[in-house]
Amino acid sequence: MPKPLDPRLVRYARGVRTLLIGSVVVAAGTALLVGAQAFCLGDVVSRVFLGHATLAEVEPVLVVLAVVVVGRALLGTLSDTLAQRAATRTSAQLRSQLLAHVVRLGPIWLSGERRGQIATLATRGIDSVEPYVSRYLPQLVIAAIVPLTVGVAILTQDLQAAIIVGVTAPLIPVFMILIGMYTESATAKQWATLGQLSGHFLDVVSGLPTLKAFGRERVQSRRMAEVDARYRHATMGVLRVSFLSSFVLELLASLSVAIVAVSIGLRLVNGGLDLRTGLTVLILAPEVYLPIRAVGAQFHAAADGIDAAEQVFAVLAVEPASTGTRTDVPEGDVVVDEVSVTYPGTEVVALSPTSLTLRRGRVTAVVGPSGVGKSTLLAALQGFVAPTSGTLRVGDAEITSLDPDAWRREIAVVSQDPVLVGPTVADDVRLRRPDATDAEVDEALREAGIDPASLPDGARTRVGDLASDVSAGQRRRVALARVMLEPAALVMLDEPTAGLDDVSEADVVSTVRRLADRGSAVVVVAHRPSLVAGADEVVVLAPAEVTA
Amino acid sequence: MTTVAPAPSIGMSPVRRLLPWLGTEWKRLALAVLLGSLAIGCGVALLATSAWLISRASLQPPIFELDVAIVGVRAFGIGKGVFRYAERLVSHDAAFRALSRLRLAVYDRLAVVAPAGVPAYRRGDLLERLVRDVDATQDLPLRVLLPYASGALVALGSVVLAFLILPAAGAVLLVSLLLAATVVPWITAHAASEAERASAPERGRLNGDVLTLLDGVGDLTVAGAAQTWLDRLADDDRRIGRLAERSARASGLASGLGILLSGGAVVVMLLVAIPAVRSGALVGENLAVLALLPLATYEAVVAMPAAALALGRVRGSAERVVAVLDAVDPVPDPATPATPPTGVVGVRIAGLRAAWPGGSDVLEGLDLDVAAGSRVGIVGPSGVGKSTLLAVLAAFLPYEGSVRIGGVELCEMTGHDARAIVGWCPQLPHVFDTSVVENVRLARPDATDDEVRAVLDRVGLGPWLDASPQGLDTPVGDHGALVSAGQRQRLGVARVLLGGHPVVLLDEPTEHLDEATADVVADELLDALEGRTVLWVAHRPHGLDRLDAVHRLT
Repeated sequence: MPKPLDPRLVRYARGVRTLLIGSVVVAAGTALLVGAQAFCLGDVVSRVFLGHATLAEVEPVLVVLAVVVVGRALLGTLSDTLAQRAATRTSAQLRSQLLAHVVRLGPIWLSGERRGQIATLATRGIDSVEPYVSRYLPQLVIAAIVPLTVGVAILTQDLQAAIIVGVTAPLIPVFMILIGMYTESATAKQWATLGQLSGHFLDVVSGLPTLKAFGRERVQSRRMAEVDARYRHATMGVLRVSFLSSFVLELLASLSVAIVAVSIGLRLVNGGLDLRTGLTVLILAPEVYLPIRAVGAQFHAAADGIDAAEQVFAVLAVEPASTGTRTDVPEGDVVVDEVSVTYPGTEVVALSPTSLTLRRGRVTAVVGPSGVGKSTLLAALQGFVAPTSGTLRVGDAEITSLDPDAWRREIAVVSQDPVLVGPTVADDVRLRRPDATDAEVDEALREAGIDPASLPDGARTRVGDLASDVSAGQRRRVALARVMLEPAALVMLDEPTAGLDDVSEADVVSTVRRLADRGSAVVVVAHRPSLVAGADEVVVLAPAEVTA
Repeated sequence: MTTVAPAPSIGMSPVRRLLPWLGTEWKRLALAVLLGSLAIGCGVALLATSAWLISRASLQPPIFELDVAIVGVRAFGIGKGVFRYAERLVSHDAAFRALSRLRLAVYDRLAVVAPAGVPAYRRGDLLERLVRDVDATQDLPLRVLLPYASGALVALGSVVLAFLILPAAGAVLLVSLLLAATVVPWITAHAASEAERASAPERGRLNGDVLTLLDGVGDLTVAGAAQTWLDRLADDDRRIGRLAERSARASGLASGLGILLSGGAVVVMLLVAIPAVRSGALVGENLAVLALLPLATYEAVVAMPAAALALGRVRGSAERVVAVLDAVDPVPDPATPATPPTGVVGVRIAGLRAAWPGGSDVLEGLDLDVAAGSRVGIVGPSGVGKSTLLAVLAAFLPYEGSVRIGGVELCEMTGHDARAIVGWCPQLPHVFDTSVVENVRLARPDATDDEVRAVLDRVGLGPWLDASPQGLDTPVGDHGALVSAGQRQRLGVARVLLGGHPVVLLDEPTEHLDEATADVVADELLDALEGRTVLWVAHRPHGLDRLDAVHRLT
C-alpha cells in the first residue's frame, strides 16, 4: 500500500507545507463547531420536548446554532480554496523540478521508452497529484484530528458511548490495513487488468490500417468481444474482493452508531441518562466516523497522485552523467583516449575502446556500420553519457571534471533528428545566440543551404507553418544554421546528409569544410562516401567482439 | 419534486447519444439505483429512528414499546454497508457491460473509416486519447447517473417523511434539498467548465512545450537554451494555476453553500417545529427526528456536485467518441461491386488527384503505368504525394481520375477485394503486442510456422530469430518496444511476402536500416517478389538500380 503522506512531498513542494498547517487550523475549527452544533441541538430539543420551553426561551441557543452553521460554511469554503491553491502550486513545483532534472540527465537517459514515460509523467501524471493534494491530504489531517477531538467530547458526556466509539473507531484503520494487505494484490491486479484491456484496445485500434490491409478487421472484431468479456469477468472477480475494505469501513461506522443509539435508548428507559446528553452523543457519534470514511473514499482518486509523486521522486534521485564543477574550459585538442561506453543497466558494449584526436581547423570523419557506437561517441563528447573506461580530455582537463554547462558553451551539435522548437525559424537559428541580427540569421540560413526567400514568410516563418512533414534533412539544415551563426570550438554533425539528394549533399560538404576553415574542430559521423572524401582524417569504428 | 437530474445549462446531446448503450443494461442499472437508494436510505433511517428511539425512551415507557425501533436501528446499521457493497458490484458490472458494447461499436466504425475517415490516425496521441475517452464514458453511469438518481430518490423519501410528520417541515426540507441538488452542483460544474475552457489552450501549450523540451533536450542543452525553456514552462504553469485558483474560489463557495443549506435547514426546521410542539400539531418525540433529518439527508445530495463535475468531463469524452461513431466512410464500397481481376495484374493511373484530409501530401494529376509483373520505383522529396499514392492504391483514400488494376477501376471494387489484390507495407508498420509469428501470420492465417519462418529468413531476420531463445514466439512488445525500427520494418515486409498479393506497395522498406543491410534486404526482397507487380517508394534513388523503372514525382 502506498504511503499516505510521503515526506519527500513536503520537502520538494513548499505548497504542501502551507496546506498541512492550514488544514490543522481547519480541522481544529471543524471539531470545535461540530461539538458546538451537537450541544446546541441536544439542548434545544430536550428543553422543548421535556421542559416545554417556548421558542423565545430557546432563541439564544438557536442564534448560537445559526452562527455555528455559518462558521462551518465559511470554514468549508476556506479549506477548499486553500487546498486547490496548494494543489496547483504543488503540481507546478513538481513539474519544474522534474523537468529541470531531466534536462540535467540528458537525452541519452531520456531515450527509448523512457521518453514516453516521462512525457506522460510530466503532464497527466503530475496533474493527478492535484486531487491528491487538494482533496486527500486535507482530509487526512482532518481524519487525524477531528475523530479524536469529538471522541473526547463524547467522553465528557457519556463513558459507555465513548467506550463503544473508542473501541470501534480504531478498529476501522486496523481492519482497513488488514484487508488492505489482503486485497492489495487484488487491487493492483484490478488496475493492471483494466490497463491491459485499454492497452489491448489501443494496440488493435492503432493497427487497424494493417488489419484492413490484410482483410482481418472483421475477425478481430469478434476476437475483441471475447477478450472484453474475459477481462470483465476477471475485473469483477477482483472487485468483489477489493470493495471489501470499503464495505467493512461502512459497516463498522454505521453499526457502531446503531449500537451507541440503542445503548443510549436503553439507559434512558432506566433513567441512567438524560435526554440532552443522549441526543448530543447521538449527533456526535457519526462525526467520529465521517472523516475516516471520507479519507477512504478519496483514497482511490489519490492513489494515482501518490504513484505519480513517487515516480517523480525516483527520477529526481537519479544521478546525472556529468557532475563536474570546473568552469574554466582550457583551450586545446579534444583527445578521446581508449574510451568505451556501456550504458548503465545494460551489458551491451555501446562503444568499444576508441581513440582519436580532434584538432581545430580539421574535419574528422567517423565511420562504421550502424550500432557500432558512432552516436554514442558524440553523446560522450557532449557529456550526456560518462565513459565506462578511458578518458575524454580537452587540453589538460578531463571533460567529466568540467561543469557541463561551461563545456557545452564550447561545443555545437547538429543531431541526426533535430527538433525545431520555434516559434519561428529565426528563433530556432538564434538558439545559440539570441542577440543575432536578422541579416546574420538570413546569412546563416543561406550558408546552411536554405534560401530564406523560399520560406513562406522568410526567417519569420513559424515552425508550425512549415509543411507538417518537414523532413529531417530540412530540420538538420536549420540546426546547421544555428551552428553557422555561432561556431563553437568543437562542432559535431551526426549524419548531416542522410535523406538529402546529391546536390544538397555537396552543399553540406562544403559547409562542413568552411566550419573547419573558420577554426572549429569538426567531427562528422557519416557513412556516405562523399563526406568521408572531404575529411582530413577518417576514423573507422569496428564492432565490439560479441561477448556472452 | 421530480427525480430527474437537473442538467447544467450546456446542452447534453453527445451524452444523450451514449444513452442507448446504457439502455441495454437498464435492468442492472435500475437494480443499482435501488440498492444505492437503500444504502443511503438506511443511513437516513438509522439517524431518524435513533432520534425517535432516544426521545421515546426518555419518557421511560415499557421496554417492549421500543423493540421495533431497536431492531430497526440495528437493521439499518447493518443494511447501509451491505446495500452499498451490492450496489457497487451491480453498478460496475452494468457499466462494464455497456462499455464493452460501446468499445465494440467504436471499433466497428473505425474498422470502416480508418485510417482516412478520422483525424485520430494522423497523430498517435489522438488515438490514445480516443481510447481513454471510450474508457471515460463509464463515468456516466457510475459517477453521474447513479449517484444522482439514488440521491434524488432518498431525498424525495425524506421530504415525504417530513411532510407526513409536519407538512411545514416537509416544505422546509424540500426547499433546502432542491437548492442543494441544483444550485450547488450547477455552481461547481459551471466554475469548473469555465476554468477548463479557459485553461484548455494553456494546458495544450504546456503539454506541447513539455514534449518539445523532451524531444529537443539534447539540442536545447547544448545550445544553452534549456533554462529559457524551463522558465517558459514555469510561466505556462503559473497561468494555469491562476485560472485554477479562480475556479477554486467558486467551487469553495459552492461547498460552503452546501453546508449552509443543510445547517440552515436545521435551524429553520426548529423555528417551524418548536411552535408546532407547543401547539400540539407535532408529537414531541418527532421533534428530534425533524431536527436531525436535514443533517442525515445531506448525504443524499452531497455527491451531486461531484456528479455534475463528472458530467462535464464525460461530455468532452462523449463528443469525441460520438464523432467517431458518426464518422463518414471516406471510401464507401460501391453498391454493385465489380469483380476483382485475377492473376498477375498491372496498374494504370491516369490524371490521379488525391490528398489526405488536412494533409499537405497532395497528388495533382499523376499519370503512371506499371505493367503486370514489373517493378517500379517512385522517388521524390517529401510532401510530393508518395504516401498519398500508396494510400489511394490501398483503397484508403478517395480519388479523382482513374486507377485501373488489372483493367478494373479501383473504386468500383469493394475495399476488401481491392486490398486482397494490393498488399501494402507502410513505413514503420504497426506490430501487435504478441509474438513474431502471430504478427506475420495475420497476413495469411492458414500459413504454417515453416512458411512464416521462410519469409522471415527472406527478409534477413533468420539470424536474429536463431539467437532469440523463444524463436518464432519471441514477443515484440507493446507498439514494438522490444524490437528495433529495422526489425519492425522487416516484419512488415515479411507480411506482404506471406500475403501473396499480386500487387505489392512498399513504403521506404529499407529506411531505418544501415546502408549495407539495406542493400542486402533490397536484393532479397526483389528476389522474393519475383513475378509480382511492385511499387517501391523511396526518397532517393539509391539502391533502386535493380528495378525496371524509376518514376520521379515532382
